[in-house]
Amino acid sequence: MSRRRPFDPRLLRRVPAARRDLALLALLGVLAAGLVVAQATALAVLLATAFTGRLDRAALVGLLAAVAARSLVVWAQGAVSARVAATVKAALRADLLGAVARHGPGWVAGQRAGQLATLAGRGLDALDAYFTGYLPQLVLSITVPVAVLGRVLVADWSSAVIIALTLPLIPIFGALLGWQAQAATERQWRRLSLLGGHFLDMVAGLPTLRAFGRARAQTDAVRRMADGHRIATMKTLRIAFLSALVLELVATLSVALVAVPVGIRLLGGGLALQTALLVLLLTPEAYLPLRAAGSRFHASMEGLTALDEALTLSGSAPPAPARQPGPRPDGRAEIRFESVTVTYERTTALRDVSLTIRPGERIAIIGPSGAGKSTLLNLLLGFVSPTDGRVTVGGVDLAEADLDDWRRQVAWVPQRAHLFATSLADNIRLGTPDATAADLAAAVRAAALDEVVTALPDGLDTLLGERGHGLSSGQRQRVALARAFLRDAPVVLLDEPTARLDAAAEAAVLSATRELVAGRTALLVAHRPALLTDVDRILRVEDGRVTELTPAPAGERR
Amino acid sequence: MSGGHSPELVVLRLARPYLKRLIGAGLLASATEFAGLALMATATWLLMTAAGQPPLDRLTVAIVAVRALAVSRGVLRYTERLAGHDAVLRLVTDVRARVFDTLATRHGDPPRSGDALSRLVSDVEAVQDLLLRVVVPAAAAGLVSVLAVGLTALVSPPAALALAAGLLVAAVALPALATALTRRAGAEVAPLRGALATDAIDLTHGAADLAAFGATSDALAAADHRARRLARLERRLAALGFAVDAAGVLVAGLTAGAVVLVALDAGVDGVLVGVLAVGTLAAVEIALALVGAARQWTGLRSGLTRVAQLLTTDRAGTETAETAETSVAGPVDTGDAAGGRQAATVRFEAVTVRYRVGASAALDGFDLELPPGRRVAVVGPSGAGKSTLAAVLTGAVSPAAGRVTLDGRDVSAYPPEELPHLVGGLLAEAYVFHATVRENMLLGRPGADEDALAAAATAAGLADWVRAQPDGWDTVVGEEGAQLSGGQRQRLALARALLAAPGVLVLDEPTEGLDPVAADQVLGTALAATPPGHSVLLITHRLSGLADVDEIVVLDAGRVVQRGRHAALVATPGWYREQWVLQQAAEHGYLAVSG
Repeated sequence: MSRRRPFDPRLLRRVPAARRDLALLALLGVLAAGLVVAQATALAVLLATAFTGRLDRAALVGLLAAVAARSLVVWAQGAVSARVAATVKAALRADLLGAVARHGPGWVAGQRAGQLATLAGRGLDALDAYFTGYLPQLVLSITVPVAVLGRVLVADWSSAVIIALTLPLIPIFGALLGWQAQAATERQWRRLSLLGGHFLDMVAGLPTLRAFGRARAQTDAVRRMADGHRIATMKTLRIAFLSALVLELVATLSVALVAVPVGIRLLGGGLALQTALLVLLLTPEAYLPLRAAGSRFHASMEGLTALDEALTLSGSAPPAPARQPGPRPDGRAEIRFESVTVTYERTTALRDVSLTIRPGERIAIIGPSGAGKSTLLNLLLGFVSPTDGRVTVGGVDLAEADLDDWRRQVAWVPQRAHLFATSLADNIRLGTPDATAADLAAAVRAAALDEVVTALPDGLDTLLGERGHGLSSGQRQRVALARAFLRDAPVVLLDEPTARLDAAAEAAVLSATRELVAGRTALLVAHRPALLTDVDRILRVEDGRVTELTPAPAGERR
Repeated sequence: MSGGHSPELVVLRLARPYLKRLIGAGLLASATEFAGLALMATATWLLMTAAGQPPLDRLTVAIVAVRALAVSRGVLRYTERLAGHDAVLRLVTDVRARVFDTLATRHGDPPRSGDALSRLVSDVEAVQDLLLRVVVPAAAAGLVSVLAVGLTALVSPPAALALAAGLLVAAVALPALATALTRRAGAEVAPLRGALATDAIDLTHGAADLAAFGATSDALAAADHRARRLARLERRLAALGFAVDAAGVLVAGLTAGAVVLVALDAGVDGVLVGVLAVGTLAAVEIALALVGAARQWTGLRSGLTRVAQLLTTDRAGTETAETAETSVAGPVDTGDAAGGRQAATVRFEAVTVRYRVGASAALDGFDLELPPGRRVAVVGPSGAGKSTLAAVLTGAVSPAAGRVTLDGRDVSAYPPEELPHLVGGLLAEAYVFHATVRENMLLGRPGADEDALAAAATAAGLADWVRAQPDGWDTVVGEEGAQLSGGQRQRLALARALLAAPGVLVLDEPTEGLDPVAADQVLGTALAATPPGHSVLLITHRLSGLADVDEIVVLDAGRVVQRGRHAALVATPGWYREQWVLQQAAEHGYLAVSG
């Protein structure tokens, strides 16, 4: 894990809206330092006068005014830092999700999708602790020591010299003992507790333990391991706390180094009580913010990590090709794959594939999983670009075409359609938001979805849960088909539309599918023989190569 | 919260064995805070007295006290943190064991998703945070406040009154306000954050769907709109929340001012006025720690409630399980020693399973007889009820109608720890533990010897891999160990099942994740390695390698649609033949259909 700097300068460039507030935060830090000095000065005067049994009204008013002003500054620091946090989070969310939109599904596929979803969702909320907890403290750790030093210098230069000499000990010792090491132990500790001494492993494996009749026998093992974890944790904590102790002692001894000569000079009459009190009240304030910033650093690590991840992810995205509205391919024209090779990071999905799809032709694609079937469809959708060769539609290279316009002529039924947490109707209208109620009803009927709709409590207005929770796989598949029907496009791409369906659902989806492909150019990744009976050609994909099969004998057709 | 005890009480009850340690930690924390307060007060006294230029020996006691306090504050804090963490970690060890025990004995499913699992872990951690960050600091702040008021009263009762008023605001009113505000903020922000998390999922996992249907920019605009609304809300709530902190600063200053005013008015000695003023500032500062504790506590409540619910709802269940434990210990050991576990006759009689009331049946009137030595394969599309079959047989799921018997005795009549020795094996979602290969396998049969291990590993096709590892059987696998490929993981799970060798061996998709050639080979060796008298229930979606199976049952939507031997099924039109044709075509590149 790389070291994190307390402030990531990329932030200023990427979220310009936060600049003004960050400057304001720095200004408030200066103000707060000034008020610390003012409050101590007023208190010193007040107490020095009280020593003689009198009340200095001006000093009391001054003290209260300083306190009131400090209270306002504390509030402003909190409010402004929270505002920065909110602004930065909103901006980074927009950045991350925008990157997804710009770079398309090919870029987000796989693991990155999960990382992005977590980060743009709740991950960024870890920034709150960093901005409201650590950053203001970081500012104070610079402004307060400077202000204290300046004030003491004016009041009593010899004390100021001692403070100036001892103050660097805090960061030096901090570095020696390792705030970094402390952060590391903290992280280690978190990680260990996350594993919970194998607790998580055991709970995750409970069904297996039960299956072998070992569940109850493992309770002792869990206790034993948790106990071992406790002992190991205490060992690391002893060291982590020790470094905190040393820092505290360094600060205390430094204060003592200042206080002892002050006391002696006071005793000898060489120093005014007011000055002595001021030095006593201010000196500890010089060391405090440095230690506080150090100890809060690791509490904000999670936020810094999220920030780094977000800035890196949205920044590392290859610049989206600046597309001018290119030529518009005609979906009713011939589609050609010309020596297309597609290479992913580790594998080659398609090797030198050439293929011609005539308008209105229905083609089935079969082959073992992972052989490159879906890549064929992804090429046509423009999700994947050929590493070599080209895909043309009516002579127009898809790499240069106006993809939005081309996709408008394609209806796609993916293997696992993503359903959105919105109403069923909106899910079907995904590609045609202004479809009429009659069109919608027709699509629902065509996709054999009408029975499902009538069974739902609010019909088409039923709200689906996250990822379409509440519908079975067969029902989801029919929603995807309804989407395609409503799209009414000349080219249809179906990716195993009947996988994971039981026989009844399969029959419904199959007849809907037959309806859908009629009169259109269709590419079907097939899983069931039933789909193969209605196609013009069958292609077999294996190891990235495409071969043509003889069609099923006429006897097999229904 | 409604009904039952508050989660904090449940936690404190669990903490009873460690009460002494916790009280010790609380006292140490109080002493730490008090040392800090006394340090400032004594130092002030020292300076102000010195200003009167008394003889030095009047100051010696105070000088020693200041030095002692300065050093002891740090040392006390160190010991307090160690003592507190030690006590709490002991308690957490207890809680983990109890939670595990509860989950192990409870009949329902343990949490499955990664989310639920990590929530369980962080919930247990909430117990830790409650004590370390809420209870101990709050107790210390309360104790020091009382002490400060008492000591002030010795000097000047009116000043003590002023201090008490300030401390009440700092330690009671402001924390209460902070709690209310944090709770409200949570209630307002949580739904919006949840919606935004869903947006993020939709935009990433649904990126392809959105792009293909040209709906990306609309969805993006909606998410952006929501993010902005959340930002506005967060800003507003933060402005409210930090008002509490601002009030804290104000209270400290006002109280100190009031104390000075009152003390001077009461004619208190000038030096002591100084001591009271500085002491007041320190005391209120310490009391303000309660504001932070209150916020922490609000954040921990939901986690604590879940832990408390888990641990209390189960009390009855745990007790019965504990009484059962003595009877369990026997069969486990004898089962381990005995090499040959006899197969019982399994009979499914019109078994119907429904996961939810009103839902369609996952299994619908299923009949099957499995006498010792018989091998049956269950095939069918996914969702047909194959895994439900295994779940009913192993007692994980109870049928809504009909029954499953072993030698005429109902499966549910067997103790949950005994049944796995009669029927079991490789079930869906077999888990590989973060432990050595040996330990993972011995789970199937504790006490098995090297030869048995090697035989099972060979039959599952794992032996070569084990031999290639530098640590051999002691290679650590699982979550953080050497990365096992999906195929090796499956072989390990299969080897464990073969080693366990229950009389009725259930194999649920034993070759999942293996390439076709390896799958055929492993299935062959695994079936060959099963002792002759043992019966096998093989659940698979792959139809290859089933030629020698005694009976094949085709399930669809919970019903048996075809049954018979491979040769007969291939010759009859239906799901089996269609699937066979397609699998052959996909694997071998030709359509095996001819007229």
